[in-house]
Amino acid sequence: MIEVRDVTKLYGGKPVVDSVSVAIARNQITSFIGPNGAGKSTLLSMISRLADKDRGEIFINDREIGRYKSNELARTVSILKQTNHINIRLTIRDLVSFGRFPYSQGRLTKEDWRYVDEAIRYMELEDIENKYLDQLSGGQRQRAFIAMVLAQDTEYVLLDEPLNNLDMKHSVQIMKVLRRMVDELGKTVVFVLHDINFASCYSDYIVALKGGKIVREGPTADIIDTPVLREVYDMEIPIETIGGNRIGIYFS
Amino acid sequence: MHPKGKIAALAAFALLLIAAFVFYKSGTNWDYVLPRRLVKIAAIALTGAAIAFATMVFQTITNNRILTPSIIGLDSLYMLIQTFIIFVFGSMSPMVINKSVNFFITVGLMMIFAALLYKVLFKEGRNLFFLLLVGIIFGTFFGSISTFLQVLIDPNEFLIVQDRMFASFNNVNTDILALAFALTALTVLYAMRYAKYLDVLSLGRDHAIGLGVPYDRTVRQLLIVVAVLIAISTALVGPITFLGLLVANVAHELFRTYRHSYLLTGSVLISVIALVGGQFVVERVFTFSTTLSVIINFIGGVYFLYLLLRESKA
Amino acid sequence: MKKRYLTAALIVLSVCSVFIGVKDISPLDLFSLTEQQIQILLVSRLPRLVSLIIAGTSMSIIGLIMQQLTRNKFVSPTTAGTMDSARLGVLVALMLFTSAAPLLKMAVAFVFALAGTIVFMKILDKIKFKDAIFIPLVGLMFGNIISSITTFFAYKNNLIQNISSWLQGDFSIVMKGRYEMLYLSIPLMVIAYLYANRFTVAGMGEDFSKNLGLNYRQVVNIGLILVAAVSSVVLLTIGTIPFLGLIIPNIVSIYRGDNLKNNLSHTALLGAVFVIACDILGRVIIYPYEIPIGLTVGVIGSGIFLYLLMRSRAYAS
Repeated sequence: MIEVRDVTKLYGGKPVVDSVSVAIARNQITSFIGPNGAGKSTLLSMISRLADKDRGEIFINDREIGRYKSNELARTVSILKQTNHINIRLTIRDLVSFGRFPYSQGRLTKEDWRYVDEAIRYMELEDIENKYLDQLSGGQRQRAFIAMVLAQDTEYVLLDEPLNNLDMKHSVQIMKVLRRMVDELGKTVVFVLHDINFASCYSDYIVALKGGKIVREGPTADIIDTPVLREVYDMEIPIETIGGNRIGIYFS
Repeated sequence: MHPKGKIAALAAFALLLIAAFVFYKSGTNWDYVLPRRLVKIAAIALTGAAIAFATMVFQTITNNRILTPSIIGLDSLYMLIQTFIIFVFGSMSPMVINKSVNFFITVGLMMIFAALLYKVLFKEGRNLFFLLLVGIIFGTFFGSISTFLQVLIDPNEFLIVQDRMFASFNNVNTDILALAFALTALTVLYAMRYAKYLDVLSLGRDHAIGLGVPYDRTVRQLLIVVAVLIAISTALVGPITFLGLLVANVAHELFRTYRHSYLLTGSVLISVIALVGGQFVVERVFTFSTTLSVIINFIGGVYFLYLLLRESKA
Repeated sequence: MKKRYLTAALIVLSVCSVFIGVKDISPLDLFSLTEQQIQILLVSRLPRLVSLIIAGTSMSIIGLIMQQLTRNKFVSPTTAGTMDSARLGVLVALMLFTSAAPLLKMAVAFVFALAGTIVFMKILDKIKFKDAIFIPLVGLMFGNIISSITTFFAYKNNLIQNISSWLQGDFSIVMKGRYEMLYLSIPLMVIAYLYANRFTVAGMGEDFSKNLGLNYRQVVNIGLILVAAVSSVVLLTIGTIPFLGLIIPNIVSIYRGDNLKNNLSHTALLGAVFVIACDILGRVIIYPYEIPIGLTVGVIGSGIFLYLLMRSRAYAS
């Protein structure tokens, strides 16, 4: 379980995340939603210690993240940010093999390569595994990065806007893979999403933030609800149930 | 060719050049010529290796192939120290003539400067580029003062200052050389503790942290290593600003890999080849009409402009 | 800060500047000037004041133009290789024509400064990573590279010392007959004023400008020509004044915001005030000797630049 206790992050004296406490249950998909500047990405960055927190504590499996050794934590939590600009030329296989660094410190064993192969297969990248990242389409590159995270084989997987710049087909493909990772491999996935309908269709639990604070949290069905969304986004979003999913009609 | 093959070829070429340098036209007076050439070649190899290693590490930490560690103000500080000593104490002062004393003063002051710079800036935040820019501004600041002092200095003494402006391998003191060797070896050995992180660091800060690199500590330690290596090589022979830039980029072009085991070895070998080959040409072809560092900076600069304009990989 | 305070400061400092010097001339003497005093005023003091004002004004304004065109607060002739390229030009002129006339040197320096600045803009286009702090870093590296080329040729031709003299801005060499080239900057400033709005639009990018019906290439080229011309004129008459084009526009934008046309006069005034103040400081600190302006501005300027950087970080994060 990930437990965030009273965490605050200040930028230039102003809180962007303001005394947030939240618990993230295992073996579920939890999504953070909210308007721009709500502090979703910052919160995710603090959980993955990409950003330092100014106050508060974050426990992962009952241990404060500051008390983990770096590579120990990297075997427990992995993070994928929305921009993944890399300066060096790597093939997909090279990139995915980096996912084994927390275990092998760069010297990959047979066992490590097995994980790499498996991750590549899981993301259906076998045919292009020797292509360089700069030759790939946006969807392929995102899959390659998710394969790296998969090879990292962590209990918790955090993703910041994993659908950024992807078309509909690839967005759905990525979401299905994440769902399968939870259902088949028993992972715990947390992501930040802009689109409430993707959050609605694929997550089990939703945390809605606004102005650095949690406005509401609860099972998906409770949050994808007109009065709750009004509070979060300051707009009227009628909800329809289509194919068993609650869909917000926010286009008009 | 496999990277290992390339390394072997480079090593062979470097050895060949060194042999040529030592034995070419050595005449019959072996007892006199040989030791002097050996000392020179040792100084060249040491400087080349230190600069190449430091630059490669520095470029990986900054995730950038167009930066060189000399720009954080160490070169300018070196010039300021030399100018200041000559200005205040005159060119006959032991601090100028005694190379060991000069070496210790210079390395010491450069280390103090780097330590202060890092200390202030790491407290401030962790934007590396910010640190570099502040370093450059200090460089300009030191440069302003040096230029001012150089204008005031007596023209004869200015010649000695000018001598220090350009790296030279011609009168390296054996005692300092041994010391510099020991210091460099210790520093590189220390850096090896962090070497395994270099490949991951080239993915950038976020990925490195995500993959379990203790980022802040590693980067700090490596930046200190870089400063020590640059300080030693500069104090030993003088500033060669663009050598590192040249060899690190050639190594990247040649090896086209992210693996630092190859990149580091490769760039060190290329650096030795460039310096030994260059010195050979300067001594035997130009017969000392120009100094090696000026040529290296020139070639490095031009090659680098070409890289920048060809296709930005920054 | 109101414009009239700046104007008042300019007048007060100008008066001070005229009456400070090794030869005593007090304001009271104005009505009973001796022949010698008139000579000093006309040959040395007034030309110095005029050149201070022109150099301060024009360097600050071209700094502002560069910052508008690149959309980066930390770009200026010192941080974009312009000055270094101009210096290379002077060296080439010296090598090709041993006794080159000042105007010829200036022309060659101008061509080099222009080429250097254009190359820098090309590099900017190619760089994907447009971090506010990274770009001046690239510019300074670029400047260092140009300098290394200059050093190479200077060393081969024993011209290192000549080159050094252009490294350090110095107004004490300004005398009647040796500074008049600076007047060339005045028409250039007029053009800058007329084009001010267009520079702002061009800074928004090529697509944006085209959308507004602006001839992007032409405007950028005019801006670069102004920058190169002023840089080479100032380099040849005064020398390098580091950071001037960088700090003045930044200070103005801190208290006035970012509209180029409104800021031009403030930038010009503040530039003149700052340079005269630094010059007076350099003249009184080790009186009767002088500290060259390159050093005083270099020291004060790097301090201010550091402050601006720290400040922008506090804002950015």
